[in-house]
Amino acid sequence: MFMEFFNSLLEGKLLGMKCKDCGSYTCPPKHTCNSCSSRNLEKTILSGKGTVKTYTVTYVAPMGYEKEVPYVVALVELDEGPWIIGRLDVDPKIAEENDLTDKRVSIFAKEMPSEMFYPMKEKRIVPYFRIEG
Amino acid sequence: MRVAVIGVGMTKFGKHPDKSLVDLFADAFFEALEDANIELKNVEAIYFGNFVGEMTDGSANLSGFVADEVGLKNIPAIRYEGACASSSVAFREAVRAVKAGYYNCVAVGGAEKLLSAGTAIGTRALATAVDGVYEMTAGLTFPGVFALAARYYAKKYEIPLQKLREMMAYVSVKNHKYGAVNPKAQFYGKYGDLKVEDVLNSRMICSPLTLLDCCPMTDGGSAVIVANEKFAKEVGGDPVYVLGTGQASGGSLFRQGEDIIKAIPRKIAAEMAFREAKITPKDVDFVEVHDCFTIAEIIALEAMGFFEYGTACYATAEGVTSIDGDLPVNPDGGLIGKGHPVGATGTSQIYTAVKQLRNEFKWNQVKDARIAMTDTLGGDFGTLVNIILGVD
Repeated sequence: MFMEFFNSLLEGKLLGMKCKDCGSYTCPPKHTCNSCSSRNLEKTILSGKGTVKTYTVTYVAPMGYEKEVPYVVALVELDEGPWIIGRLDVDPKIAEENDLTDKRVSIFAKEMPSEMFYPMKEKRIVPYFRIEG
Repeated sequence: MRVAVIGVGMTKFGKHPDKSLVDLFADAFFEALEDANIELKNVEAIYFGNFVGEMTDGSANLSGFVADEVGLKNIPAIRYEGACASSSVAFREAVRAVKAGYYNCVAVGGAEKLLSAGTAIGTRALATAVDGVYEMTAGLTFPGVFALAARYYAKKYEIPLQKLREMMAYVSVKNHKYGAVNPKAQFYGKYGDLKVEDVLNSRMICSPLTLLDCCPMTDGGSAVIVANEKFAKEVGGDPVYVLGTGQASGGSLFRQGEDIIKAIPRKIAAEMAFREAKITPKDVDFVEVHDCFTIAEIIALEAMGFFEYGTACYATAEGVTSIDGDLPVNPDGGLIGKGHPVGATGTSQIYTAVKQLRNEFKWNQVKDARIAMTDTLGGDFGTLVNIILGVD
């Protein structure tokens, strides 16, 4: 289902699952609810808005990602509850000099070159977080 | 019937470009065999831990070659992959098979060659332990996982980030001090008098983690011999008994939400091991924990139940985890000082625990140690194994 997730994100839609049993959200989609493990799920589009919980500026890259450093990886808590991972769309210097946790963000996607071991061979679709305000 | 570790061996950790993965295992295996004072034919199966042989050495199906190399041509040999916990998973499975009565005596070990692979391949290989789809597309690395955890730890427990960095640095200072006196350690004779400032000022890898907050890339092998009590007593020597084991799993880092600093799978695994051993954290004389990064040691000690959440950083800075403190942690230097040949790390922790419990770890012996616990983490809290060992 990951292709559908990434292709939706390119179109500006954040795909998730809503649990018909416990009401909580799972994003990106999974076969089971991340809260109660139920399979009674329905696809839904999430708001794409959230809050930065933590981040890191990466200076040493793995093979295949060398041209992208330094880059900022962040964990964001979506307004619907799930935490997701992506990159902060911000100058790494600004990320080092300021505390960007608790900042409000909205999600979008960028297409980037794939690498030898990544499961999508044509391109990588990378979730990005834009700081609001 | 009880299960015992009757022999241990490990290569020096460091750089071994001239040795294959199979060679590294074999060197450790024969040391363990001699230590156990048993014959080759006594070994009925091999449990072999390896994480990324296919990426570093172009070899995946290693178990048969390992068995053949040591002269045990047709015995069952199995490769276990649990990222950095590979040989701890192998050890736990071996203990269960012996306990169940399938074997009297087996060998467990591991090998890895990350230093010789170079930083770019090594970093990519280690990153195969994160979620390969959703986390990898963002370029998440292993230092990145613990950098995310460190910043969140500071935020959640309301500690200024700089203050946390200083307390984390004590982990590096301590573990390098112990690694520097351990002849088998990668940094033997080096970094023994590191200062907190040296850690803070070294090269930034993934902020807020510097190079000296990280364990190194390492080549190495380790092996131990596991047997039932009857066989152990026939052989003689000083058996060290397996009092309890625990294992648990966890999903992708982002799916764990705010639990990324609580390491819930580790809490579950540790409680399982304590239950089986019928002891509490207070009964443990020292621990070998998975300090792949300075913050990782702090999180590990809290999840295992030795400290309340949010407090192990203070205890570390106060010396509680040093060799003469209430709970010595990583007296062999840990992953930071001794090195981290991923697939070999778990059984190298067992090596240290056994040597300490036999009172043979003369370069940094924990006084009157009767019960030891090991902790090995695979991935971003994906595979957790805890093992409790003790002597009569």
